[in-house]
Amino acid sequence: MKNVSDLTIREASDLLSSKQIKAQELVQAYLKSAHGQNKKLNSFITICDDAALNQAKKVDKLIANGQKLNPLAGIPIGIKDVFSTKDIRTTAGSRVLENYVPVYDATSVYSLNNANACIVGKTNLDAWAHGSSGENSDFGPTRNPYDLSRVPGGSSSGSAVSVASGSSLAAMGTDTGGSIRLPAAFCNVVGLKPTYGRVSRYGVIAMASSLDCIGHFTKTVYDNALVLNVTAGEDGFDSTCTAQKPDDYTKDIEKSVKGFKIGIPKEYFENLDMKIKGLILEAVKKLEKLGAQVEDISLPNTEYGVATYYIIQPSEVSSNLARYDGIRFGKTREKFGSEAKRRIILGTYTLSSGYYDAYYLKAMKVRRLIRGDFVDAFKRVDIIICPVSPTLPFKLGEKVSDPLQMYLADIFTVTANLAGVPSLAVPCGFIGDLPVGMQIIGPDFSEKLLYQVGYAYERETKWYRVRPEI
Amino acid sequence: MKYEPVIGLEIHIELATKSKMFCSCSADYFGAKPNTHTCPICLGLPGAMPKANVKAIEFTQKFGSAVGCKLLLSSKFDRKNYFYPDLAKGFQISQYDLPFSAEGSLQIKAENGNLKKVRITRVHLEEDTGKLTHATINNRRVTLVDFNRSGVPLMEIVSEPDMESAQEAKLYAQKIRQTARYMGISDADMEEGSMRIEPNVSLRKVTEVSKVSNGSKVSKEQPPYISSRPSVSPDVILPNYKVELKNINSFKFAEKAIDYEIKRQTEILDKGEVPQQETRGFNEQKGITISQRSKELAHDYRYFPEPDLPPLNFTERQFEKIKNKLPELPDEKYQRFIKKFNLGVYDAEILTREQAAAKYFEEAVKAGEKAKISAKSIANVIINDKPDIDKTLPADLVSQIYQKTQATYISDDELARIVKKVLGENKKAVEDFKSGKDAALQVLVGAVMRESKGNIDPQKAKAMLKNLLTN
Repeated sequence: MKNVSDLTIREASDLLSSKQIKAQELVQAYLKSAHGQNKKLNSFITICDDAALNQAKKVDKLIANGQKLNPLAGIPIGIKDVFSTKDIRTTAGSRVLENYVPVYDATSVYSLNNANACIVGKTNLDAWAHGSSGENSDFGPTRNPYDLSRVPGGSSSGSAVSVASGSSLAAMGTDTGGSIRLPAAFCNVVGLKPTYGRVSRYGVIAMASSLDCIGHFTKTVYDNALVLNVTAGEDGFDSTCTAQKPDDYTKDIEKSVKGFKIGIPKEYFENLDMKIKGLILEAVKKLEKLGAQVEDISLPNTEYGVATYYIIQPSEVSSNLARYDGIRFGKTREKFGSEAKRRIILGTYTLSSGYYDAYYLKAMKVRRLIRGDFVDAFKRVDIIICPVSPTLPFKLGEKVSDPLQMYLADIFTVTANLAGVPSLAVPCGFIGDLPVGMQIIGPDFSEKLLYQVGYAYERETKWYRVRPEI
Repeated sequence: MKYEPVIGLEIHIELATKSKMFCSCSADYFGAKPNTHTCPICLGLPGAMPKANVKAIEFTQKFGSAVGCKLLLSSKFDRKNYFYPDLAKGFQISQYDLPFSAEGSLQIKAENGNLKKVRITRVHLEEDTGKLTHATINNRRVTLVDFNRSGVPLMEIVSEPDMESAQEAKLYAQKIRQTARYMGISDADMEEGSMRIEPNVSLRKVTEVSKVSNGSKVSKEQPPYISSRPSVSPDVILPNYKVELKNINSFKFAEKAIDYEIKRQTEILDKGEVPQQETRGFNEQKGITISQRSKELAHDYRYFPEPDLPPLNFTERQFEKIKNKLPELPDEKYQRFIKKFNLGVYDAEILTREQAAAKYFEEAVKAGEKAKISAKSIANVIINDKPDIDKTLPADLVSQIYQKTQATYISDDELARIVKKVLGENKKAVEDFKSGKDAALQVLVGAVMRESKGNIDPQKAKAMLKNLLTN
């Protein structure tokens, strides 16, 4: 048998159902890896040995009883520490919530528990999900398993790293401006930012509510679809969650991409590392070879993406973080890090009387234009392919003192959040030892299509087999 | 110097829905143990999200419709951000520029009988806050928070500054309460706090007449009046300050607080000064208002659209349904009572004050039709004798009235004449009674009843017969 940490969910699930391995053995192995690697990688804030093993024990019993289980049953998963987990400490990566233990589960956590997935731990993140590198965590930075001197991308750093390093087979994350896709690209894993409203946000500590999307990381595209099959769907607790029935995302995933029209937006191929551009275009060529058609397109309002994002997002942050004041929740405000403070002040300003029209309202108008770009583009093409990041994973400390440089790491990702459309980050090769990812973006609720394209490409390349040496 | 009070009212009414505004906790919290009607949502726990109560929205639209407001086809909720810890989220979900309804009016009738229209700017929906109690426990001054009330649906009705006296303000507030009760959407009880009044009071010189500018700047401190019409009649201008009164929990106190404020502001203006723009609280013991918050500390609520609740769109058909389902309004009932039952304005007003009394009256009238008891006499009994309408059935009230009217129909002299006649015509029965046959008395009573055609209380006849026979 293959090294346990190299398994995919699909493979592990087969081994479990064919009783070649016990869920307890599998979970034990991943817990061991989580503990072992945490000193180096710092991808977990809390590791939940007992909860994970109890769940695994239950799964073993069910399998022994011949029950038909969800493919995620017995699968070790990580949860970004911004999802409420009943009886498990949830810090949001901030000292403000250092001792907070929720009394309820987020809807997605509830669904995963129902599918009998085993939560091995709560993963590290930039405090309050503010950041693109993981360095804003009050629990220390997470490191990139492909180069320990570099950042893994953020803010869902620990989740990406736990999957990449074999400490979990899947991990939940949140993506408000790129917080899943960037770490996915930096860590050679598949990351999905679903359509806004596809997965319930209930119970996930909000950053910017109109932009926050609940997604996840896996090694492969197929695994990714397996997780969305569990998390997607209507939720009576989240009014922004759609009543539209989710697809079966693994069904038809192997269908050919023949005839698919891929749009290449010129704005996303300017001002980036030329080697990254080369890898993305190479990937597009591969899809062309598989029968897809390629077309140059334009998303003309892209240049306003980051500016628009940095008005709307801090505005909502300032309101969402108001309750953490040491009176209502958490420790006092001195415990906030400088990035949270920066966003609170920025957002308070942009919402203030006399500035609202000039900032928030205007940003909302531009947001509509940006969405309009995508809506127009999808009249011509089925999907859009572009890079996730203009740079390779950067060095720890390189951008931490320059917030604007840090914000620009999200230049290619914020637009999908502003538009609400889904985007799948898929590994597309390496430059030196460092991974590169591409985005496959589609119209609202086209996750099934994104998986088909991602799967077709992955079958040709299998970059997930390039494991980090830690 | 003569001044004219300029008074507008903000009225909050808790809606009597089963569950709270944004969660499934029971909204019926009165008298419940503190913090027992709570959940992650109304406690604002990290990650919890609101879900709007459809019934509360319907109630608000119903009320808006009842006070002649336009219902808005597109509406939304907004966040009102503030620091005060009576809501755990750090903001209140309210409505800013797109309330559920706007631009209505109510008619009030002053004591001198004059009718006056008070314009209603908007009727919107928000969530009630938790209740803070300041106390001393173990020699420590603490503030206790009860979140049972947190998230209870709260309807806010904002009037234009159309009232000119404390009495008008009171009448308007009473009319609002009456309408809310008619709609069956709230008890609107001032003492229990399910209805709260916040008057805005200022004074202007009677001579102060000039043109009002239409393009007044909308401050983000308060929701804008979405109305395009001028905020007061076009030939007057509003004073350049406004005093908001809080902490009022009865109509009487509302009247007192406004009257005090008029007196206080008059004195300041007489000295040639301008009263401060501020919020003042009413002190019931002293009967005065006390400054709570000055303009310098005025809030900037940083309203923005609530991202957790999608905007709401309605159809004209939905609105028609709401309008068609509206119960008869107080004014309509009042007019109908005058016309249909031939009542005086005074009687009609009293009988339509509460829907239950009005309904009772109508049922009694119906029950009295057969016995030809007039609506007017039923009205008189209800108004003057104040029967307990919860304990006496309308039909029972009618029969009481019937007996009473019948019993007094025949005078005592007439009764005496009939009794004598009966005694003279029924010698046998008289003899029987005198020889000890008590049943004979019943025969005589029957004869008296026949002779009086039933227009007498049989007990009275019996007493008189017995009296004459035993003496």
